[in-house]
Amino acid sequence: MILDVVIFYGAALVALVSGLFVIAQRSPINSAFSLIITMCSLAVMFAMLGSGFIAALQVIVYAGAIMVLFLFVIMLLNTKQDEGDRGGGIGRAGIALGIILAVQSVMVVWKGAAGLPAKHAVTVSADVGRGLFASPRYLYAFEATSILIISAMVGAIVVARKEKEKGK
Amino acid sequence: MELLLSPGNKELAIDALIAILKIAVIFNALLGLFSLMTYIERRVLAFMQFRRGPNRVGPWGILQPAADGIKLFFKEEVMPEGAHKFLFFAAPVVAIITAYVSLAVVPYGGPLVIPFYGQVTIFGRPIDLQIADLDVGILFIFAITSLGVYGIVLAGYASNNKYSLLGGLRSSAQMFSYELALGMSWVSVIMAAGSFRLGDIVATADRMNVWVWFAMQFPAFIIYMIAACAEVNRTPFDLAESETELVAGFHTEYSSMKFALLQMAEYINMITVCALASNMFLGGWLSPLPGILPNSPLWFFAKMLFLLFVFIWIRATVPRFRYDQLMDFGWKRLIPAAALWVVFFSGMTAFFGEKKSPPTTTAAVSTMAPVGQVSR
Repeated sequence: MILDVVIFYGAALVALVSGLFVIAQRSPINSAFSLIITMCSLAVMFAMLGSGFIAALQVIVYAGAIMVLFLFVIMLLNTKQDEGDRGGGIGRAGIALGIILAVQSVMVVWKGAAGLPAKHAVTVSADVGRGLFASPRYLYAFEATSILIISAMVGAIVVARKEKEKGK
Repeated sequence: MELLLSPGNKELAIDALIAILKIAVIFNALLGLFSLMTYIERRVLAFMQFRRGPNRVGPWGILQPAADGIKLFFKEEVMPEGAHKFLFFAAPVVAIITAYVSLAVVPYGGPLVIPFYGQVTIFGRPIDLQIADLDVGILFIFAITSLGVYGIVLAGYASNNKYSLLGGLRSSAQMFSYELALGMSWVSVIMAAGSFRLGDIVATADRMNVWVWFAMQFPAFIIYMIAACAEVNRTPFDLAESETELVAGFHTEYSSMKFALLQMAEYINMITVCALASNMFLGGWLSPLPGILPNSPLWFFAKMLFLLFVFIWIRATVPRFRYDQLMDFGWKRLIPAAALWVVFFSGMTAFFGEKKSPPTTTAAVSTMAPVGQVSR
């Protein structure tokens, strides 16, 4: 149990510090790298909650796939420094929203809504598959989501093609 | 103090001790295998090209890796001007860590049984030849290898050199493209075994007979080998470091031990994909003549070494792709082929597959310890 606590606080600390780095860093590549570390430490949390499947997906989809594309764009544009200033209206709105979120999370912790004990949440990957496909409860929602994603993908390809033809 | 010595913690301590022992053994075995591979690769390439290869240091040149290591230790570490200091150091570290971590879930054999001695036990625990037996074994490897891209990408970016950057960019696009085909080639294996666990896959192969399994998964095996070759940046696909165009690609600016680490990561990734193929498609530690020869971890290593040899063989035979050919082949040939195979195999499974109930959850749940699952 001591090991659990040590790993939890370790992962939490890494997630928080790297999360801060994401917004505090000047160079976009450092921010992207910090975001990868945040996502990996979130995966550790999922694994500790007993869901290795979600942990693996978190790393594959977010840290492995999406962030590679982020880095790809950053490297293609080769932006060394953030040019725009961070003050102004958006910055202030961000601070205000952040304060609201912080107050809310403190309130949740204060009320003691610790959630379910982790032991009950243990899921095996086969269970995830059965849950998704065996009953119609999630099946239609799942299939609808996949159609949505495919249509978004096709849309992106169509848009990219049109621009290319105009360029010629 | 009482808390620390509770029976639960004692169990945990023994588990941790066994895990550390296994990690130490496998880590060092891999270091040895890596250095041996550099020698074998140069030697085999030389014979295939009618040269002699390294043959000066020690008998048949077998001490060449040691000489190379000593040489690299005494080389000067060069930090290019304008390099991103932190990422320049971090890149080889990321590369090597991801390369090693993914081998943690690869089973090297069943329970360790020594002839004339029997089952090996430590503190009364039977020893499995695997560090961590995860429920999501294959997905874990997939996750870690997808992180492995960052080692190369960051090395290319941090060097502040246009050749390095181009190498890094190329490799990120390449590894990303071929990862899709790689993932799809696993689907039929996972479908047939009904589990992400590598041990279950070998067990399924055992139930079906190794040869039947191999024949059934053969198209997936071919797709896997091609995609894996691209994934580890081996020669027909080594666009990331093609020396005729990019000097040395992402590791142009690296010298001394940092260079050695990047090389090591590449070789260890190669060992990983071969170990994985050996388990998934060739039946791992199962004997090729079931019933006549006993199952043994030696079979696993023999199959893995053969696949490593195939990689060297391909390197000596096939010229490098052009970049547009590489992308065309990946997206327009390999991925459609993999997708077709997945659809075909699912159809066959739906019509002819055995109606098996998925592995019971209770057995799986009991092995899912909340922290890192340490197999016994």
